[in-house]
Amino acid sequence: MTTKTNEQAHSRDMAGLLFGDLWGYAPSPESTDHVRYAQRYGHFINGRFVEGKDHFPSINPATEEVIAEFAAADEAEVDQAVQSARAAYAGVWGKMKPAERAKYIYRLGRLIQENARELAILESMDGGKPIKESRDVDLPLVAAHFLYYAGWADKLHYAFPGATVSSIGVAGQVIPWNFPLLMAAWKLAPALAAGNSVVLKPAETTPLTAMKLAELCQEADLPAGVVNIVNGAGRTGAAIVKHPDIDKVAFTGSTEVGKIIQRAIAGTRKRLTLELGGKGANIIFEDAPLDQAVEGIIQGIFFNQGHVCCAGSRLLVQESVAKEVIQKLRLRMESLRVGDPLDKNTDVGAINSRAQLDKIHELVQSGIDEGAHIHQSTCNLPSRGFFFRPTVFTEVSQSHRIAQEEIFGPVLSVLTFRTPDEALKKANNSPYGLSAGIWSDKGSKLFSVAGAIRAGVVWGNTYNQFDPASPFGGYKESGFGREGGLHGLKPYLEVR
Amino acid sequence: MTQTQKKKSTDTTQKKSPEAATIPNAEQTNGSEGSAASKAQAKSASPPPTARSTASAPNDHRLVGGGRTDNGRLMVHKTYKMWVGGKFIRSEQGRVLGLHNAEGDLVTHYVRASRKDLRDAVSAARSAQTPWATRSAFNRGQILFRAAEMIDARRESLIARLQEHAHLSASEATQEVDAAADRMFWYAGWTDKYVQVLSSVNPVASSFFNFTLPEPTGVVAIFAPTNAPLLGLVSLIAPVILSGNTCVVLVENNAPTVAIELSEILATSDFPGGVVNILTGLRDELLPHAAGHMDINAIASCGGNEAQDRAIQLAACESVKRVHFFEQPQTLDAWCSERQQSLYSILPFVEWKTAWHPIGV
Amino acid sequence: MQTYRLPKIPTVDQVQVESRAAAFTTRSIKKGAKKAALELAIRMMDLTTLEGMDTEGKVQMMCKKAMQPMIGRPCPSVAAVCVYPTLVGVAKRSLVGSDVKVAAVATAFPSGQSFLPIRLEEIRQTVAEGADEIDMVISRGAFLAGEYARIYDEVAASKEACGPAHLKVILETGELGTYDQVRKASQIAMDAGADFIKTSTGKVSEAATLPVTLVMFEAVRDFFFQTGKRIGIKPAGGIRKAKQAWQYLVMVKETLGDDWLTPDLFRLGASSLLNDVLMQLQRLETGNYQSSLYFSED
Repeated sequence: MTTKTNEQAHSRDMAGLLFGDLWGYAPSPESTDHVRYAQRYGHFINGRFVEGKDHFPSINPATEEVIAEFAAADEAEVDQAVQSARAAYAGVWGKMKPAERAKYIYRLGRLIQENARELAILESMDGGKPIKESRDVDLPLVAAHFLYYAGWADKLHYAFPGATVSSIGVAGQVIPWNFPLLMAAWKLAPALAAGNSVVLKPAETTPLTAMKLAELCQEADLPAGVVNIVNGAGRTGAAIVKHPDIDKVAFTGSTEVGKIIQRAIAGTRKRLTLELGGKGANIIFEDAPLDQAVEGIIQGIFFNQGHVCCAGSRLLVQESVAKEVIQKLRLRMESLRVGDPLDKNTDVGAINSRAQLDKIHELVQSGIDEGAHIHQSTCNLPSRGFFFRPTVFTEVSQSHRIAQEEIFGPVLSVLTFRTPDEALKKANNSPYGLSAGIWSDKGSKLFSVAGAIRAGVVWGNTYNQFDPASPFGGYKESGFGREGGLHGLKPYLEVR
Repeated sequence: MTQTQKKKSTDTTQKKSPEAATIPNAEQTNGSEGSAASKAQAKSASPPPTARSTASAPNDHRLVGGGRTDNGRLMVHKTYKMWVGGKFIRSEQGRVLGLHNAEGDLVTHYVRASRKDLRDAVSAARSAQTPWATRSAFNRGQILFRAAEMIDARRESLIARLQEHAHLSASEATQEVDAAADRMFWYAGWTDKYVQVLSSVNPVASSFFNFTLPEPTGVVAIFAPTNAPLLGLVSLIAPVILSGNTCVVLVENNAPTVAIELSEILATSDFPGGVVNILTGLRDELLPHAAGHMDINAIASCGGNEAQDRAIQLAACESVKRVHFFEQPQTLDAWCSERQQSLYSILPFVEWKTAWHPIGV
Repeated sequence: MQTYRLPKIPTVDQVQVESRAAAFTTRSIKKGAKKAALELAIRMMDLTTLEGMDTEGKVQMMCKKAMQPMIGRPCPSVAAVCVYPTLVGVAKRSLVGSDVKVAAVATAFPSGQSFLPIRLEEIRQTVAEGADEIDMVISRGAFLAGEYARIYDEVAASKEACGPAHLKVILETGELGTYDQVRKASQIAMDAGADFIKTSTGKVSEAATLPVTLVMFEAVRDFFFQTGKRIGIKPAGGIRKAKQAWQYLVMVKETLGDDWLTPDLFRLGASSLLNDVLMQLQRLETGNYQSSLYFSED
């Protein structure tokens, strides 16, 4: 038994339960011995790894150590990738028997399953997410996504009744750093199933697993040029978006960049899908299964350090149960384990980058300055790396920045409401419309509120669930187009 | 109508838009709006409207036939107003444009909408949207069916109007009116079916009931086709509103008065005020205000030129609007083709909502 | 006497509570943490024999094992032995000089289908025999028929009959059908004065599970918030492996916190768990995987 620290004593004062270390878990780090990766990466173009230039480092946000260096593609290199994709589309992929396309995509899914452990570790190293999430959430979903869409490749004409469908051509895809490999899967699998070739750019802070995925494309003997992956930051992304031979642009990331992309393709007939930011309302009614709701709130905001576009970052709780819910929430927050992403018992890992950490600090400060009440976990943070304490703001109003702006971190804003109408008004009072949660034991209320919420994904009595068969995407400024499910095929098909 | 994403053929439309500021006395302008309009026109690469060539601009603006019927009766003069929020209104600016016949004689005036008219129309559309969307699909269908009935009921007058105002032959006018009624009828039947056909129950690998269904996007601005003044309009409005969207339609074509005739039909088809709002005026003038309007959720455009389309896309990103360009058929036969009506014309103006719920006891 | 009315309690969502419970099983418990968990599990164990074929000899041998679970190395004794009422006396005598408590299942265990006065008398006699703890069963039939006040009255009367002995109330969750019912039954038992609430008799095929125990934890936690009283929990039945034991401890630690990580507030009812825990301890000590041949079975 260890001596209780002041912090722990404090945690008892605040909540009545003590989450100390009477029985502590020993460190349980995932071994990194067997993971293989290079020190320098260029790009993956036309089935080969090619040298690049202007290398930049990708660091482990939990240690601030450089993992590897990655080249930044310029317009010429992007052009090579697009040309390679065009040639593969025209020469092989677009003409291939759909059943064969299906088997290639299936093979990618299987290879991902076979390499899941290594990929999960690399994902956690490069991005900072807890290994239990990359292992139990990201990687299984990545593989499942390929396996799901593999089956669509030879059944496309059943997807849209009464229409004829055909592939589009070359898709340019730009993905974010919060779920690096999963977002790659969300982009690649439907594009390939529909018969398109791809130029993909991973985020500059998390390019590692995309390069491993490129290796798997080689192992799978995927025809050269069907998948091209170029590294780089905004300039590279812009070069893809603006390339005249790109037929379809798919982007997941911030609303700010989404608007830039929408503007950049003005005057063209490029197809566009955008999966942008959110400020998801998680609504707790007084008749909710409260303990599960608290768990859903935790899942909603602390999953992946809150680096989730559909995070339930605005908690709307009915006044009659607000005190109870907040008490339980703070207690539960206290039991979260924050630290080394590679430790199998870590619940909340590292913030993805210094820049993101700064942004979180800035917005949290604005919350304090604007008079909201801050509650933070009393956990100890590692001395190195980018970490942020799980944080809950109470006494937040809709006019606070922390109720309006996407923080993209482990920070929850709690607002209260009195009637379902008021909850709905507040939930919809946002330019975003990606996700929402509703907790109630009353079926008719669930249907009514779910119907009136302007959001693309509505979780009733649950939160942050994902599945390859389930379409995902936003209303309003959260973007347009869907990823996942039958509806996720449409953006990659000409439907006439 | 096909959902075009292809490069449009170059702007070969036989645009018969009325002369605007270039025709002296054809409009009573208040100045400021007019200069904004000419600036907008100057910026765009669109050719000036050519209801008739400027060269043959008449000096004589008398009403066609002196405004008398064939048998010499002096007709009661009809004012073509706009339809906003269920009311027939003049522009708040009081400006009008003239519609002329092939000989250059004045057929009638119609309203030139201002940006404030647009603002008011959007606000009417916004107020009407939730109530319209929450009506039963059956009820929305009944109203659209009623609109088809009313087009048929006013068949003769519409045929006459298309001849007089859009200079169609009798057979062309008949073809367009009949096709318009049929198109409205076809789309009317979708209100209580498209959800069924397009939604899905998703077999997720966990104990959840998961389904996806379409919902209307909200308020849609429609830039009406520059030809087929009746059928083109019906072909765009019907797929937009049937799902529960409301719309603000901006009409600039060879016979905007036909749009107003249509609005008189819709007004007697039990449409709640604000579901469809029809403005007549100049696309270039209103385009930036519509495309940049933060309370418009989506834009449907047909028959614009490249510069106009690009301007829509540029301004639309301010609120991440959904923009859909319909390829404009160039012939009446093409407009009448069944290929011009599609379930998939509804899709650009719906959002997909996916809902999850645990399955347990 | 005022009729008991069930207070308003939150409902329980099956899928979400099961997924939360499953999350506890993914905790990685290694090395020192595992050793501490195993020793804690022994100290929390109610070593149980509840067979028709139980004899004095069987109980005597079990009591030896309870006091000294492992020969040749220091090892804590278990919390209690749990036996039928007629064997309380022999257990008590066998445990003289140790801290091990005697628990007995009373109240027409396992069905509870007898007359209340008889059940109460059974408690009184069992306590008189020397039982430190009484594990009673609730009348599930009455509970399912909605006679909550009757359940309350019976538990309250049983508590009174216990005198100084601690009362554990067995809900027999496997017969209650839903988590909502478990939550209700927990509430009634706590309101009526239970010192512990216990999942199962071990005589019904669906015995203790992590999610059902989690629901009881949540009830206990809310009761603590409302009254300041700490109620104990005892999952019992079906816990056979050391790994299960530490999964329960993980759940205690992360739901109720350190205060409940004590035999005073948490028990594991089990008949065959002990040797698996001992084997795991030995494996940690020696590095070798173990065989049951080397662990005494009584």
